[in-house]
Amino acid sequence: MTDRVINILIDSFPKILLPGLLYTIPLTILAFSLGLIIAIVTALVQFANIKGLKQIARFYIWVIRGTPLLVQLFVMFYGLPNIGILMEPFPCAVLVFAINEGAYSAETIRAALESIPEGQLEAGYCVGMSYLQTIRRIVMPQAMRNAFPSLCNSVISMVKDTSLAANITVTEMFMAAQRIVARTYEALALYIEVGLIYLIFSTVLTKLQSIGEKYLNRHEARNL
Amino acid sequence: MLVAKNVKKSFGEHEILKDVSIDVEKGDVLSILGPSGSGKTTLLRCLNFLWKADGGIMTFDGKEYDLHNASKHEIKEVRLHTAFVFQQYNLFLNKTALENVTEGLIVARKMNKADAIAKARIQLEKVGMADREDRYPPQLSGGQQQRVAIARALATDPKIIFFDEPTSALDPELTGEVLNVMRDLADEGMTMLVVTHEMGFAKTVSNKVVFMENGYIIEEGDSREFFTNPKEERTRAFLRLVEENK
Repeated sequence: MTDRVINILIDSFPKILLPGLLYTIPLTILAFSLGLIIAIVTALVQFANIKGLKQIARFYIWVIRGTPLLVQLFVMFYGLPNIGILMEPFPCAVLVFAINEGAYSAETIRAALESIPEGQLEAGYCVGMSYLQTIRRIVMPQAMRNAFPSLCNSVISMVKDTSLAANITVTEMFMAAQRIVARTYEALALYIEVGLIYLIFSTVLTKLQSIGEKYLNRHEARNL
Repeated sequence: MLVAKNVKKSFGEHEILKDVSIDVEKGDVLSILGPSGSGKTTLLRCLNFLWKADGGIMTFDGKEYDLHNASKHEIKEVRLHTAFVFQQYNLFLNKTALENVTEGLIVARKMNKADAIAKARIQLEKVGMADREDRYPPQLSGGQQQRVAIARALATDPKIIFFDEPTSALDPELTGEVLNVMRDLADEGMTMLVVTHEMGFAKTVSNKVVFMENGYIIEEGDSREFFTNPKEERTRAFLRLVEENK
């Protein structure tokens, strides 16, 4: 590798990392938090079998899971202005990623809710708790514990998928890298560099996942 | 105290409870015996609305309830004054032993936390689980879990406790510790309705016995009388079978 390439890599590192810290991470945190709320509501509506809302939930999941994320981004950012709805790129990206995440995680959480034995609900009723109290205090915490590894998977996927936001002019890491490539023509080195930064982010998340799992599994007999 | 009349329940085509009536007085320990599939558990579950009966009237604590058509409010009222001990314990898996006992007090009865903990500790002490209040259910043996479940039931000051085969899921060497706790409760005058296969318990602890088969009550009465001098041929056959399998 020539000195020139090395210099470009060193030079560009903060220029790529900074948008990572300013856009990629906030985008992931905001979109995932919002997505999780959507997912919990969507899962509960189905689990509790609320007529009408359940059908709406199924429809939402069907549409979102059945269309590409990139298309969803384009519809929201470039499409909606045609009917007078304009959004700034960053909030638009947050919204699209959240809606997308909500549909996938809703299924994860619904499956986790259904895996909780009926006896947990019944025990809640028998000590005098209502359905909602039992869901909130007994069933949901256990379901979220079961769903945790899958949800971590989703976060890691999302960190990488945020690179798609470059398509709607959000200057996240990937777009920053693209701009430097356009100036220097060092595509191989720079795209590998940006890949490595994504890898670092994912590695941190993987580490956090294993810490989280340890905490959540403190109930188990083997952790006495 | 608790009188249930003409309780009926079917699952699809299958009639589990055909027409069952029972009468529990304050301080009674009533054992419900009978072969598997006779409807014992179904009866118990219908009485606190875990399952909705197809028909039947229950008088409990001076009030009448339609077992088929009770309002949400009525169901809650019954559940706040009864307790249920499950065959599979059903302790809240995300809660410690102590939290299992306080949950119904804090959440369903709005008791303040300190009072609830104090009360829960008394009950855990009583069932011999005070030293394990911080353990989670998977960290306890079956017998220990069932004793915590009994403490959970006791803490809510129930007027009656329903036991659904409380020792059936336990290894034989662990049934004793649970039966001893139940015996102590009986001695203190707790009203209990117990579905059980433990003939020793039915004979020595309970004062009344109901024998069910195929969704009907075949024979009922004083427990000593029932075991020493059963009237019905089917009861005699059942008791003989139990004796042979010992």
